[in-house]
Amino acid sequence: MAMTCVWTGMVVLSLVAGLACGRLDAVANAALEGAQSAIQLSLSMAGILCLWSGVMEVMNASGLSAGLARTFRPLLRRLLPNACQDTETLAAISSNISANLLGIGNAATPLGIRAARRMARSCGGVASDELCLLVVLNTASIQLIPATIASVRAAAGCETPFDILPAVWLASVLSVLAGLLAAWLFSHWGKRV
Amino acid sequence: MNWSSLVIPLLLAGIALYGTGKRVDVYAALTRGAEEGLTVLLRVVPALVGLLTAVSMFRVSGAMEWVSDACSPILSLLGIPPETAPLMLVRPVSGNGALAVASDLMASHGPDSYTGRVAAVMLGSTETTFYTIAVYFGSAGIHKTRHAVPAALVADLTGFAAAALAVRIFFGT
Repeated sequence: MAMTCVWTGMVVLSLVAGLACGRLDAVANAALEGAQSAIQLSLSMAGILCLWSGVMEVMNASGLSAGLARTFRPLLRRLLPNACQDTETLAAISSNISANLLGIGNAATPLGIRAARRMARSCGGVASDELCLLVVLNTASIQLIPATIASVRAAAGCETPFDILPAVWLASVLSVLAGLLAAWLFSHWGKRV
Repeated sequence: MNWSSLVIPLLLAGIALYGTGKRVDVYAALTRGAEEGLTVLLRVVPALVGLLTAVSMFRVSGAMEWVSDACSPILSLLGIPPETAPLMLVRPVSGNGALAVASDLMASHGPDSYTGRVAAVMLGSTETTFYTIAVYFGSAGIHKTRHAVPAALVADLTGFAAAALAVRIFFGT
């Protein structure tokens, strides 16, 4: 429902603003172009998605992901106790977090999707608390070295593009903590109502 | 050479070598997994069509300027530079869009200015929230997202406010 509200809100507001600013032609074109760009994005994503799904399969077959899962189990057991019952889900989440930390966002997404699909199997279309938590973790950035941002700063003429690292880490930690706390609070309120 | 260019080739080679060492048919496993990637893609496409249609309408219509104008007094109150309002609006929906807005801010205010630094930290401490939600829940076949959207937005807002706070702590204004 939340996505329904966001979507309807954005479309209605666009119509009103388009009328008021006299940009209705542009808005009409933008709707069609947006849909088209979704397919372009999906196609450009397809190769990467398949590649990292394949790499994950190799990691599973060789026992590499099980090793990764052992490393993250102590932390994840507390955050996502049910998901950790299933070794393959735990392995996918561990790889997802590793890829996020390394800053390989395009690898993190396929790995996270893999975990989400496994976690959703018993949900019947309704997100569980733990699935919400996994998504919230992935909507908050936890990368250690924001290389893309450093390159943008360097391109703008900055001589020390990495000097913002401590600030990025502090802001990331606060944002992740706030997300986890909010997810926990909202799920408790939801149960009480 | 950028050292981060080393990460992906190194990972791919390392995983392949490790698998070969464990006598796994690496290539067969790779293609098997890649095939699964295609089925995931089919479920992601509808979610992306919905999201990007609304986003591109919103950006073109002028609604985005309205919202960022409406937000700027609250932002000043929180110590967030009001010039970053468009960045905060684009960030949850488009990664490339946010990168473009941020590099524009850095170019016009200078990368080492307060605004420039806050923009960079905002970019580094948040993610493309709605894209992530659409893709994850879309591929998992979830229709009721419950509290995921509000909780993720709380994380984003905290990230934005924390970005301004962190820059003030480490660099001053």
